[in-house]
Amino acid sequence: MFAFIISRILQALPVMLTVALLSFAMFAYVGDPVAIMLGQDYTVAQRDALVADLGLDQPFFVQFAKFVVNAAQGEFGLSYRLSRPVAQLIVERAPATLELALCAAFLALAIGVPMGVYTGLYRNSWLSRFFLTFSLIGVSLPTFLIGILLILTFSVWLGWLPSFGRGDTVNVGGWSTGLLTWSGLKALILPSITLGLFQLTLIMRLVRAEMMEVLRTDYIKFARARGLTNRAVHFGHALKNTLVPVITITGLQLGAIIAFAIVTETVFQWPGMGLLFIQSVGAADIPVMSAYLLLIALMFVTINLIVDLLYYAVDPRLRIGRGKGAH
Amino acid sequence: MTAPLLEVRNLRVEFPTRRGTLVALNDVSFSIAQGEVLGVVGESGAGKSMTGAAIIGLLEPPGRIAGGEILLNGRRIDNLPYSELRKLRGREIGAIFQDPLTTLNPLYTVGAQLIETMVTHLPLNPAQARAKAIEWLELVGIPAASQRIDSYPHEFSGGMRQRVVIALALCAEPKLIVADEPTTALDVSIQAQVIALLKSLAREKGTSMMLVTHDMGVIAETADRVAVMYAGRIVEIGAVRNVVRHASHPYSAGLMGSIPPVGRRLDRMQQIDGSMPRLSAIPPGCAYNPRCPKVFDRCRVERPELMPAGDSLAACWLYAEGAPRHA
Ligand SMILES: Nc1ncnc2c1ncn2[C@@H]1O[C@H](COP(=O)(O)OP(=O)(O)OP(=O)(O)O)[C@@H](O)[C@H]1O
Ligand code: SF4
Ligand SMILES: [Mg+2]
Repeated sequence: MFAFIISRILQALPVMLTVALLSFAMFAYVGDPVAIMLGQDYTVAQRDALVADLGLDQPFFVQFAKFVVNAAQGEFGLSYRLSRPVAQLIVERAPATLELALCAAFLALAIGVPMGVYTGLYRNSWLSRFFLTFSLIGVSLPTFLIGILLILTFSVWLGWLPSFGRGDTVNVGGWSTGLLTWSGLKALILPSITLGLFQLTLIMRLVRAEMMEVLRTDYIKFARARGLTNRAVHFGHALKNTLVPVITITGLQLGAIIAFAIVTETVFQWPGMGLLFIQSVGAADIPVMSAYLLLIALMFVTINLIVDLLYYAVDPRLRIGRGKGAH
Repeated sequence: MTAPLLEVRNLRVEFPTRRGTLVALNDVSFSIAQGEVLGVVGESGAGKSMTGAAIIGLLEPPGRIAGGEILLNGRRIDNLPYSELRKLRGREIGAIFQDPLTTLNPLYTVGAQLIETMVTHLPLNPAQARAKAIEWLELVGIPAASQRIDSYPHEFSGGMRQRVVIALALCAEPKLIVADEPTTALDVSIQAQVIALLKSLAREKGTSMMLVTHDMGVIAETADRVAVMYAGRIVEIGAVRNVVRHASHPYSAGLMGSIPPVGRRLDRMQQIDGSMPRLSAIPPGCAYNPRCPKVFDRCRVERPELMPAGDSLAACWLYAEGAPRHA
């Protein structure tokens, strides 16, 4: 088990290094950081001093090594736009994005899985047909449009929910959370629906397809022939067998949710990392952009690791197969 | 003679399809006495599995029982509501399927599946059920049962898995077992062992059995009576020694033409010319008439019912009054 985790982390290293190289390349080749930092007027001496100070006169791989070492310590320098440490900016913004993403993922799972099970079990009921039609909408409408429609309905016409921002937040041990205040919770509703709707319908369709597949198997027939209750057959035997693909997709989608939060955060002016990223792109704020890129890559890698561990927990065949290298 | 354990009367199973209704079973009647083993044979598609599925109430929709009745201990079970039928399955009627590689849920240990089945039907607490599960595994010949109980299905060989399936089918002590080709998927070298096990357990527990097989050797060794099916009907039924040695119906005679040793499959020894008609194209009169070497005029017009033929019953005009008896 431990060896497995270590090997997965080692496998992830090249991925992280590649992304690091990309974001370092942005530093080195996009724009001229010296010019940006010095402003309009500077002497050659000032310029040389700054170049030496930033280490820009050193060989490429030395610079890259430094970059990696700094990045590993969360050190990305100052934001060009805000003149504040990038790490600090990200730490400030991360809670907003993570709360939004987790809330959206939770919605997608908590609603998508039961809907998938229901539509898989009762294929022909009118409710199933309704869910399927509804899921088509979720899949086909672009995120920003859903966001705007929700704002129009619930903020503009009905006036029930705020149309932008996070509401009031409370600081709990350095983590600013919107989950503990009424206005924070209200502000979370529309963005999470917007962000999670696509994933919800995706998970629903996936669970439905998997359920229908599994319900045809011999072991389900045999479970029925043994006289198990419907509940045990459907949830104990069938649903559990759909979990492996559901975990995979959910894991991948959680990464996607965090990455695509950019759109939702822009629509709702949600003060998270995505919004920070978009604003940084507008200002060519390279340090923030490269830090964001690395962070997203790190999240994907971490989520993949968690997904692999969950497989391990769910499917006994993988546990044995890995050890012996046989099926 | 006491009332039979299972009685099937004029069973008719239909499959509504777009191109009309297919009659998969037509006027099937037979009974199984307490402790008796009824062998069921016939070419592929004859309706053997369908008969078993109808008895355990697991016909695949849109297939449905369209007529007749099924009685267990004199009580009608074909029209029970689903929840009542469920309690019967496993507890009164156990089932064994063909392929042990697919009948066990891969995600649960064999112990968990045994315990779950017993706890569903019997007044046992989990600890008692576990002890019982170990007993059952020992009984079906799993070595080191008290350790193997926590193994997953994929950790067993095919033959061992079928033993587990047998334990699962018997563990709630049903009075009747429907075994649908229980050894077909197994390695030839272990087929005889598994059949012997099934036979001895059934004898020991006084369990009746409906044993579907392609293997005439198995029938000759295991069954008390045998039913021969053709195109959705029983064409001959009688004591094994009569049907196997002196088949009355020309189709049975063709099937029994040579009895291969245990383990040789009938369909590879096929010696009857032609093939069974599809359900949508059953000829008028006797369904066997296009292939029958003894066909005469009446056979093409009128359909024969089961009638006394020697010591068995056969659906063949050769045994009617005034028929050209050259049997
Ligand atoms: N879903 C279905 N729709 C229509 N016909 C079906 C369906 N399922 C089975 N049948 C038909 O019912 C008939 C009986 O099938 P059954 O499985 O009982 O045959 P069998 O005697 O068990 O054959 P085998 O030896 O191959 O197992 C076959 O002709 C088959 O084509
Ligand atoms: S009824 Fe006629 S066709 Fe049918 S089995 Fe008997 S002899 Fe052959
Ligand atoms: Mg069959």
